[in-house]
Amino acid sequence: MKFLNEQSYDPIPIYRVIDNKGQVIDRTEEPRIDNETLLNMYKTMVQLNQMDEILIESQQQGRISMYLTNYGEEGIQVGSGAALLPRDMIFAQYRELGVLLYRGMTVTEIINQCYGNHEDRDKGRQIPMHFGNKEKNIVTASSPLATQMPQAVGAAYAFKRAPNNERCVICYFGDGAASEGDAHAAFNFAATLQCPVILFCRNNGYAVWTPTNQQYRGDGIAARGLALGLHTIRVDGTDALAVYRAVERAREIAIQNKPVLIEAMSYRVGLHSTADFSNNAFRSVEEIQKWAQEENPVEKLRLYLEGRGLWNSDIEKQFLKEARDIVLRTIQEADQKKKAHWKEMLQDVYYVMPQHLQKQMNQMEKHLEKYKEHYPLDQFQSE
Amino acid sequence: MALKSPPVLLGLLGRLSRRSFSTSKALASTPVTVRDALKQAIDEEMERDDKVFVLGEEVAQYDGAYKVTRGLWKKYGDKRVIDTPITEIGFAGIAVGAAFGGLKPICEFMTFNFSMQAIDHIINSAAKTFYMSAGAIPVPIVFRGPNGVAAGVGAQHSQCFGAWYGNCPGLKVLMPYSAEDAKGLLKAAIRDPDPVVFLEDELMYGVPFPMSDEAMSADFVLPIGKAKIERPGSHITLVCAGKATDTALQAANELAGNGIECEVINLRSIRPLDFDTIAQSVAKTHHLVTVEQGWPQSGIGAEICARVMESSAFFELDAPVWRVTGVDVPMPYTRSLEGLAVPRAPDVVAAVTAVLGNKIVEPIRQ
Repeated sequence: MKFLNEQSYDPIPIYRVIDNKGQVIDRTEEPRIDNETLLNMYKTMVQLNQMDEILIESQQQGRISMYLTNYGEEGIQVGSGAALLPRDMIFAQYRELGVLLYRGMTVTEIINQCYGNHEDRDKGRQIPMHFGNKEKNIVTASSPLATQMPQAVGAAYAFKRAPNNERCVICYFGDGAASEGDAHAAFNFAATLQCPVILFCRNNGYAVWTPTNQQYRGDGIAARGLALGLHTIRVDGTDALAVYRAVERAREIAIQNKPVLIEAMSYRVGLHSTADFSNNAFRSVEEIQKWAQEENPVEKLRLYLEGRGLWNSDIEKQFLKEARDIVLRTIQEADQKKKAHWKEMLQDVYYVMPQHLQKQMNQMEKHLEKYKEHYPLDQFQSE
Repeated sequence: MALKSPPVLLGLLGRLSRRSFSTSKALASTPVTVRDALKQAIDEEMERDDKVFVLGEEVAQYDGAYKVTRGLWKKYGDKRVIDTPITEIGFAGIAVGAAFGGLKPICEFMTFNFSMQAIDHIINSAAKTFYMSAGAIPVPIVFRGPNGVAAGVGAQHSQCFGAWYGNCPGLKVLMPYSAEDAKGLLKAAIRDPDPVVFLEDELMYGVPFPMSDEAMSADFVLPIGKAKIERPGSHITLVCAGKATDTALQAANELAGNGIECEVINLRSIRPLDFDTIAQSVAKTHHLVTVEQGWPQSGIGAEICARVMESSAFFELDAPVWRVTGVDVPMPYTRSLEGLAVPRAPDVVAAVTAVLGNKIVEPIRQ
């Protein structure tokens, strides 16, 4: 008789392509990515960093209510984003801005959402970072953790039902979200219903301030996927090329109605969000510095590009300035824009507006007609 | 999450379907049970639109825990009728995701008590998404299953969720009573682009009702948000939904023997609630009693009372409104106590008598 435990098996290995100096470890594993895509990937990382830096300040100045940074996970975001096709559907959690930027959401769209002005696609109804874009196949983010996971599997099931399906669904979730019951159900259903879905776990070491050794036991999230019947890989999340290769291959597998789990290992360099007042009290400066310096995804990709003659410090300086300017300019513009029309408060509760809301809207219209000088209507979008 | 073994279930159903039932009108057609009416609705809608599909525990190979989906898996196969693993939060989430992806799921909860496990998906994912996505993502989903009191199943299997779901903007909430209600409302729910919570009643599944030719057709759809006057009357208005309609009608029969004519309004729809029909009736009868199986605090009767207060119907009343509700305790298991814990015809008769006699006493439930 033998009881097995987590020591009985070797942990699932971590796949990587480049080392900390951006050097390819094994030439046969180097992905064949065209130069334009590689440059797009790197530029997205730089743009992302600039957005994080400036929007965090924006929040501190009280211009936007909340923000979440992406430091340390640029490799995950850009690597996966670049390997997907525009027709693939994205279910995000809240730390995937690089994926959305790569997919084509503009700096303007993103900043409008954070400001909640009248050009915000969410019509001012959501907390910042809850992006959605129907045309670009990005499902509007939802706050409760991990609910997007069975939803993603359900959407993948809907795709599978369409004849000659060539779309897959990717669903991002964190190491903490993976503890939710929803996560287990998503793995289970993806496998039993055989859905074209890629479940992508961003394991960044922390769930707010709960470290992974308090979040779970066993061999991380990858082992769970394996146990529940998913094609599983663990990758180095700080290596954009490894992530790219894994997602590229995952797509091919998923389209055959074989669900995939990718666990990408990385580190959350920044705080959880702007609601986090801990000031890094829960970890050592040494730990942060180690990851920020030695396993920096942006640094690694830059060194790789420089090694291939595709980038240098002059281009870097130039692009950095461009990326920064775009964000600053867009913020200034967003600041000036009006808030969404007050009627948006009552729209879209139901497909067809019910009578009682219609009545309230009409009453409000009449009221504003009569007392408009008492309301700051100039701050809001008019008809 | 099965509440009891299948053989016990079937035995129970066998006993219940032998209960006789009196309806108001006799129509020239074969009686159809509520269960069969529900099945007709699902079958017809699945045939009409191949995006419609059913998922839930035991809905496929077992023909459904309550046999509502009997024969559908044989007819439509694995792709359209899906047996799920046991996780309400899981399959409700999958169903909502499928709706996001363009399908029209009918998500069955074995009973609505188990929907509490999935309630985040029903409220946060289904009800609110159209609003929070700024109209980009409609959620044409139906959550259905038996709701409320059954027979000898204890507190955790007997709760009524009409008030809970009725509270939430973004949802539509329906509570059918007769076979006609079941078929017409379920078809409407499946065709509706909004998420609908469809609260059935286990004790009504086996009850046959006459169905008109119109109701038997594949185009028979009832409007959502419109109540039905089951029995006209001029002395007092009784408002109810679901199984409570049966109780109200029984009481109305008894009271008719004493010369009191009750107007019985079957709400059919908890949200949106057809207050106009109630107001019109109160303008005629000047007395109102609500009947529900759910608990009193913040219940459906409470909502009706509030609306009466806030409208001109208040001035039509000759006496305060009285709510007849379930007893304010978790459902007892003892059969005799269970029977006393929900309104019976004598309770409604007593309420009507008190309201008409202007003899309102301090309610015992508080």
